[in-house]
Amino acid sequence: MGEEDARRAVAAAPAPALAAAAANPGAGLSGDRPRRAFGDLAGRRPVLAFLLRRVGAGLGTLLVVSLLLYVAVQVLPGDVAQIVLGRTATPERVAALRASLHLNQPLPARYLAWLTGMLTGHLGDSTAALAQGNTVPVWQAIHGPLGNSLVLAGITMVIFIPVCVVLGTLAALRAGRAADHVISLSALSVSALPEFLVGTLLIVVFFTELNLLSPIASISPGQTPFSDPAHLVLPVLTLLGISTAFGTRLLRASVAESLREDFVAMARLNGLSESRVIWRYALRNALGPSIQVIAQMIQYLVGGIIITESVFNYPGIGTALVQAVLVRDPQEVSVIAAILAAFYIGINILADLAVVLVVPRLRTRL
Amino acid sequence: MSGQRIRLPKLMRMPAGAVGVTLLVAVLALAFAGPLLAPDAITATVGPPGQTPAAGMPFGTDFLGRDVLSRLLNGGLSVVVFGTAATALAYLGGVTIGLVAGYSKSVIDPILMRTVDVLLSVPALLILLVLVSGLGPHIWVLVAGVALVQLPGVARVVRTATLEVSTRAYVEAAVTRGEKLPSLLGREVLPNIVPVVLADLGIRFGVSVVLIASMNYLGLGLAPPAADWGLMISENRDYISLNPWSVLGPAIMLALLTISVNLAADAYARSLGRSLAAGRRRRAAAAVAAMPEPAGTSTGAQT
Repeated sequence: MGEEDARRAVAAAPAPALAAAAANPGAGLSGDRPRRAFGDLAGRRPVLAFLLRRVGAGLGTLLVVSLLLYVAVQVLPGDVAQIVLGRTATPERVAALRASLHLNQPLPARYLAWLTGMLTGHLGDSTAALAQGNTVPVWQAIHGPLGNSLVLAGITMVIFIPVCVVLGTLAALRAGRAADHVISLSALSVSALPEFLVGTLLIVVFFTELNLLSPIASISPGQTPFSDPAHLVLPVLTLLGISTAFGTRLLRASVAESLREDFVAMARLNGLSESRVIWRYALRNALGPSIQVIAQMIQYLVGGIIITESVFNYPGIGTALVQAVLVRDPQEVSVIAAILAAFYIGINILADLAVVLVVPRLRTRL
Repeated sequence: MSGQRIRLPKLMRMPAGAVGVTLLVAVLALAFAGPLLAPDAITATVGPPGQTPAAGMPFGTDFLGRDVLSRLLNGGLSVVVFGTAATALAYLGGVTIGLVAGYSKSVIDPILMRTVDVLLSVPALLILLVLVSGLGPHIWVLVAGVALVQLPGVARVVRTATLEVSTRAYVEAAVTRGEKLPSLLGREVLPNIVPVVLADLGIRFGVSVVLIASMNYLGLGLAPPAADWGLMISENRDYISLNPWSVLGPAIMLALLTISVNLAADAYARSLGRSLAAGRRRRAAAAVAAMPEPAGTSTGAQT
């Protein structure tokens, strides 16, 4: 899974401006109209114009994604009320639930109501709870898990960035030698593994064999993930293992490419010290791709966290999503999926902007 | 460009390639022959639940007292078959879309590609979960979903390759002959982009296997009592302290499969990269040799 996401991002990495255009399905119909619409602005303020175009494209994509998501989750299953209540429900109860879910309204009206709710923060009530006669607002059910997931992802990123930069640079500098082979091959092997496999193997080592850490990272009500930091070790190690494996491979490639550039050869021919060549010339120019790598890893975490949390029963947004799918709760599934998709698309936009700001050279391509 | 086949001897000369191919063949052989070799039925209770390895049961029993070895031998087939089915479907859709988009030279190209790109704007696992939420947890929903998730990548590669090939003289000759579009794409363009298209077949198969196994692990794919490596790991997870082998067995098999596929695919891509580069060098050298001035030879050798 991580593999696929990382590979997608690689495809988009080299040319942020192109990726931006490609990410907007709406713009596809009208060719290069956004460029013309901002023609005047693009001449005077290219970065601002790029920002506006990129954000517009992102919002367009998000709109299309939200429509597809709504259709898949709320319409494809058929009669949601019947499904949630089960086959044994009386027709009266089904009719009552249908009414309270507004299933009698036409589809476009239902989608618009859902979308307006999402945009104004009215996330609706959990469908599965409604079926049992309770009213549980979705926000109440997911805001705790959302925070827990951010903690997990945040800790992973803080450790990931330095480890990855060191390993990737080391492998690129030692290209073709033993250290490179060891780092590259183990990175390739680990990145081939699904998260649940890495998590399970860690459980076997740290719980079954060493009896050091608990295989379950659940958090009691009223406590925060920091109440028992030991619980976070295995989930963080799982995410870290796979994201480091990916990040190292991607960073090795961008540093190695940078080392092959003419200006590195020129710097060496001019007699600059090797450390200066590496720090000031090679690494500096690998900065743009590195930002992309980090963005890709944050995006990877959005998907990776779903499985990892489930492996350790960590009460995050991923576990909540899987539970909602298992108990068939269309409202909760659509809300969580929309939040994750928006986050994923947002990271993409931020990364493109950051690269353009950090690497002035790319602005000529805007 | 014609007939860039997988050169097995060349692949085997790279250490990573040799290890990858050997392991892959072994795991695939076990997955296919396993059901014939299994001593017990996958649903037969042969001992107490969570029995550690003993005589006659080299891997012990699982959480329901079923023979882990027998389930292990049976559990690879579904992994390989559904992974292959999803990958094949992804290629079927992706190649068709990529060929049409790359060759169209009209508004069809951006429409097709932007539509396909929407699938790239959300995590793969999220798409699968949303589909299962809408259509129910069936293995064929997963296979179709994984194909859908992988399709954009294939379409992109095929489109780029088609754009390049469709400007070649033999394609223009076929257009002049008045060949119809299907035969033009199928007989002139497709055969010439095969090596590029197949370069990441292995990696895509690996991704399909990982995605399907992950959904099986979440309990959103195959239903018990099916024997499947992904499902076995999740079933026995809570009983891991009784008999670790009930989890370790399928975990190791799945790891061997995905790692060997990636090692082999990586080595293949590199050997292909080298031979394509060698081909470019040869072509460049030939072009230089055909030039009247001998002075160009040295530049040809450098490129």
